[in-house]
Amino acid sequence: MANLNLVQAINLALIQEMEKNPDIVLLGEDIGVNGGVFRVTEGLQKRFGEKRVFDTPLAESGIIGLSIGLAMGGLHPVPEIQFEGFLGPAYDQICSHAARMRSRTRGAFTVPMTIRIPVGGGIHAPELHSDSPEAIYAHTPGLKVVMPSSPYDAKGLLVSALREPDPVLFFEPKRIYRAFREEVPEDEYTLPIGKARTVCEGTDLTIVSWGASVVQCMQAIEKSSRSIELIDLRTIYPFDMDAVAQSVSKTGRCVVVHEAPLTCGFGSEIAARIMERCFLQLEAPVQRVAGFDTTMPYYKLELDYLPDAPRVTRAIEDCLAY
Amino acid sequence: MPITTAYETKIEHISILDAKGNFDEKLGKGLIPDADLVKLYEAMVSCRQLDEVAFRLQRSGRMGTYPQNMGQEATSLGAAYVLRKDDWMVTCYRENCGLFWRGVPKEGILLHWMGDERGNAMPKPHWVTPIYVPLGTQMLHAAGLTLAAKYRGEDRIACTFFGDGASSEGDFHEACNFAANLHIPVVFVCQNNFWAISTPSKINSAAPTFAQRGLSYGMPCLQCDGNDIFATVYAMKKSVEHARTTGTPCFIEMVTYRLGDHTTADDAKRYRDQNEVDAWKARDPIIRLRNYMVARKLWDDAKESALLERVAQENADAVARAEGIAAPHRADFFDSMYAEIPADLAMQRDTMHTHSLGQDPSQLPPEAQERARQMTSEAAAAHH
Repeated sequence: MANLNLVQAINLALIQEMEKNPDIVLLGEDIGVNGGVFRVTEGLQKRFGEKRVFDTPLAESGIIGLSIGLAMGGLHPVPEIQFEGFLGPAYDQICSHAARMRSRTRGAFTVPMTIRIPVGGGIHAPELHSDSPEAIYAHTPGLKVVMPSSPYDAKGLLVSALREPDPVLFFEPKRIYRAFREEVPEDEYTLPIGKARTVCEGTDLTIVSWGASVVQCMQAIEKSSRSIELIDLRTIYPFDMDAVAQSVSKTGRCVVVHEAPLTCGFGSEIAARIMERCFLQLEAPVQRVAGFDTTMPYYKLELDYLPDAPRVTRAIEDCLAY
Repeated sequence: MPITTAYETKIEHISILDAKGNFDEKLGKGLIPDADLVKLYEAMVSCRQLDEVAFRLQRSGRMGTYPQNMGQEATSLGAAYVLRKDDWMVTCYRENCGLFWRGVPKEGILLHWMGDERGNAMPKPHWVTPIYVPLGTQMLHAAGLTLAAKYRGEDRIACTFFGDGASSEGDFHEACNFAANLHIPVVFVCQNNFWAISTPSKINSAAPTFAQRGLSYGMPCLQCDGNDIFATVYAMKKSVEHARTTGTPCFIEMVTYRLGDHTTADDAKRYRDQNEVDAWKARDPIIRLRNYMVARKLWDDAKESALLERVAQENADAVARAEGIAAPHRADFFDSMYAEIPADLAMQRDTMHTHSLGQDPSQLPPEAQERARQMTSEAAAAHH
């Protein structure tokens, strides 16, 4: 057991799985000698050699397209896209090819691939370095979308992703890359993709969140006198609606919290599913605390954009007062 | 300081059997054994005839939109002939002739255009990828497939095909750059057929050749007459040898012409001159090869009519197999989305004809619950 931050937990998961599985290769911009701009792949090229950990030309579509070929050829590539804002050029390869290959060839070709992507705001980064595009990919059939909120979860979920037979977008919330440490077992463990975690139990209201927002939700819950249950979705697709429905059926009230813009954010899907599965148990309309339908502002105003504990607290109070 | 030359090169153009029947003995002698030449000719005729069959299927409502290959048979065929059987062929959608040479079943291609994904379930041992419809994206996959082979210590290379239009796509340039810089042996084959639907090649490149696109990535580049099977074979032999011995990519522009419309949904008369089409009809790769073979007593009218008869039967059989395949189950498209279907998707599949999607029946009024139950059991009974 070691006390690790999220960066170290991911690094450890990569090392352990690469030692087990010679078909795993890492590629991306600056991931080799430099160890990635966030140092997530630090030391891996030295450890596994340039054949398994290599720098590519600066072209995101190329990185994903090449990875698709590697995966079709039987390897498990782990491309890194340096920031979520640079996913745009790779969108076509991800959504038109990786996501569809199994279906359009009826299983003759598959794309086992784990795309690692630092995501979200809160680190005073330049523009196009702070967005939350997870819903776009959750909306694309054929992909799996994962976003851990802690070092322990990051390791367990990444190991699962590296063993997945289908493409996974593994979003790493950069705001909590080094925000805190926790005990992360050296020993092998996996966390299933598609299962949520109940962070804390409660009876009055359910909060559903994921990624760095989970930390903001915890702060709001610690300040509240009411009994609040927090569900960390952990994976955005497939998502654990059973866990959400069970909790909301018990509490009758729900607040969904995420960094991404409100409209068509994944909170919209959660709210709709709650209508389908918990309508008769609801005591109040579902509340959403999310980023706004604006361009993510430059960093001077980013904290006004991102959901924080006071905004979550207001939503909790409004929902409970209904 | 005086101005010096930083870089200088030339691009060779290969032509061996020209449209007038002139044959370059120096380059062409012994290049293709006579017995193989006959087989290559038969393959082109067979592909051309299937094109006509497919066209008629589309016009009679038995097949969806279909892109004819007519006129371009010698490009992919020359490549397939030279490649090793376990080299990857990563094609676009106008390379039927090469794919059939590799043993891809004709009914697979027909099924694809009949709107059935099972046509894309290319049998693995053929070392071909499924048809790619969006332009330019597959060259990166060719690079990845080859890099995966290299990773395992195999000497498999890839040959990937695209048109003059697709060479404007960003992914094409990224694929060239990745293959060159990461030392991946891919033969890039640009089929310059002069028309990307209605867009003339001059709108896709202002340079004198498409071959020189490869130059900026440090690749050896060649141009050849794409309607001359000898020239495509020669260019491929040179390129495959380069790729396999150096482990690096190279580039061929095969100059050809799309004699048909872009697809059955297109009408090329709207944008191109019939005189141009007629001029290219005179440069047809099939006619050219037949004249050569007849002149050398490798072919005659009796062989031709026997071939046409045999090919007609083979193609009719392929159509029968494509049309005879059992219809897919109505929920078939759910089952190959993931290795294991997520519970939520299974729910959508199982209720696709009975519920509003995702609606938990326990949240519905009693009569709606009853109706859903009834429809579910009827659907289950129908399925069994």
